[in-house]
Amino acid sequence: MTQSELAPLAQGAPDASGSAPPPKKTSLKTTHRKASGVKAPWWFALPALVVFTLIVVIPSLRGSFYAFTDWDGLSPNFEFIGFGNFSRVFQDSAAGESIANTAMYAIGITVVQNFVGLLLALGVNSAIRSRNWLRVLFFAPAIVTPLIVANLWQYILAPQGALNTALRAVRLDFLAQDWLGNANLALPAIISVVVWQFAGYSMVIFLAGLQSIPEEIYEAASLDGAGSYKTFINITRPLLAPAMTINLMLSLIGGLKLFDQVLIMTQGGPGSASESLSTIAYKDAFQFQLFGYSTALTLVLTIFVAVASITQFVLLRRGENK
Amino acid sequence: MKRYTLKTGILEVVMVLVALLFAAPIYVLINTALKSGGVTTSLAPVTNPSLDNFVTAWINGGLGAALLNNVIITVISVVLIVVISASAAYPLTRITRRWSKLAFGFFMTGLLIPSLLALIPLYTTFRDLQLIGSVWGLILIYVGSQMPFSIFLYVQFLRTMPMDFEEAATIDGASPFRAFWQVVFPLLRPITGTVVILNTITVWNDFFTPLLYLSGSGTNTIPIAIYSFTGQYVNQWGVIFAALIIGVIPLLIFYFLLQRSIIKGFAGGLKG
Repeated sequence: MTQSELAPLAQGAPDASGSAPPPKKTSLKTTHRKASGVKAPWWFALPALVVFTLIVVIPSLRGSFYAFTDWDGLSPNFEFIGFGNFSRVFQDSAAGESIANTAMYAIGITVVQNFVGLLLALGVNSAIRSRNWLRVLFFAPAIVTPLIVANLWQYILAPQGALNTALRAVRLDFLAQDWLGNANLALPAIISVVVWQFAGYSMVIFLAGLQSIPEEIYEAASLDGAGSYKTFINITRPLLAPAMTINLMLSLIGGLKLFDQVLIMTQGGPGSASESLSTIAYKDAFQFQLFGYSTALTLVLTIFVAVASITQFVLLRRGENK
Repeated sequence: MKRYTLKTGILEVVMVLVALLFAAPIYVLINTALKSGGVTTSLAPVTNPSLDNFVTAWINGGLGAALLNNVIITVISVVLIVVISASAAYPLTRITRRWSKLAFGFFMTGLLIPSLLALIPLYTTFRDLQLIGSVWGLILIYVGSQMPFSIFLYVQFLRTMPMDFEEAATIDGASPFRAFWQVVFPLLRPITGTVVILNTITVWNDFFTPLLYLSGSGTNTIPIAIYSFTGQYVNQWGVIFAALIIGVIPLLIFYFLLQRSIIKGFAGGLKG
């Protein structure tokens, strides 16, 4: 449920090849020619097929089936209720609010995290002496357990927490408030925490994109008299497009699946002001025994994530053909 | 190389200020954990640092056992993930029949499915099989759910790798099993590094899976131990922060030892 879980999607870039040398036309040919003497036994794939089928495929199919029933998760009996759970998802005000919140999380995190990440990347891609230290520092929170980051910020944002103490110390008492207990502020506060943790992650991906732009292009642009703003818009921005696509999708999918931070910092509250699809699906299944309804919610989430991922593949393909 | 100009100097100052602001929560974390006694709201640097909170957290939080579980679960899961996904990627890339393409596509559907969809229904199966609370149950879940990502990474890498070495090995009479493990697998080292790093961090940090599959069993991982610990010590931030620091230290050691490879692994194949 963390963004790092999604990291390998980053490798779906058109020029992605792990740390391998860039794929050459000739090596493609090598792969497709008849292997002379090379035998890769098919049963090498068997353990992976078995464990993936048992742990992911069958449970997902079962979940999709329960979404059309009223099963409580315990009793041997349940009834098939068609689209009942789904119409309830769109009528239930808590579920409706969580869908709207999930969209807010995904969009808010995507926009702010990538904006901050891009600024950080431009900053540490310069000649400043502290650049290597800053890269290590800014990226560090991204590997830390999200639960630990959420606990730390829960204190910082508490009514008597560090943020309010700091605000009072600089005579900004009127700004001090219960950040996580305010229905209007809880969701933006959680977005800020996610951005604090993962902006360095976006930075690292942007940085890799920036470093792949040849220095000569910038020299040519400055010889032609282009200013730094013009250079950014006309050279950096288009050449950064693959990094941008990957970053947008990573943060979008991470935002759609947000769970740990919400459960720790607000439990979805106050009321259901910060509830996400993942947190209400979890509560419905394990606190309210609404197993069928819960799987219907996760199916809705799955559709959102699948649409986002497929959009990514399409955009990447299009980028490749340009 | 870019020159260091006045503009660079100004940028340097700005970036260092941003970094200090960015690091402020880390100061609060350490400063609060080192204070003993009740007063924790002050931001002033601690005058008489004490490790009392760390002792309380370590003893009452069961953090030692949880750390050990985290290490066991992470190491065994990652080793199994590497072995199983690398060997699956080999026929999926080298055999060019239709079924191998279908099988690859089958694995890739896993990239579209959020783990939640499988994890909630799987719970009832594990409950019936009495696998709740079992470290092995968790390992099985991680191996299954990390297959798509890991196979994807290996397949991408294998596609660009020439077959000359395997051919030579086969001509020399090596069995396919030996040709793979002794010739091909060592050549996969760079991508194996990425697979190990990404999976280690994902598995180590996971909260949702153990929240479901270990709850009430007495077996804990670090995120779960901290979760129940914060529930018991509500508002005793000094003790809670000591627990957070203990929980985060193994990861930070891992990060500072391998920061170059870790950052590279996360940046993915973008680097041209």
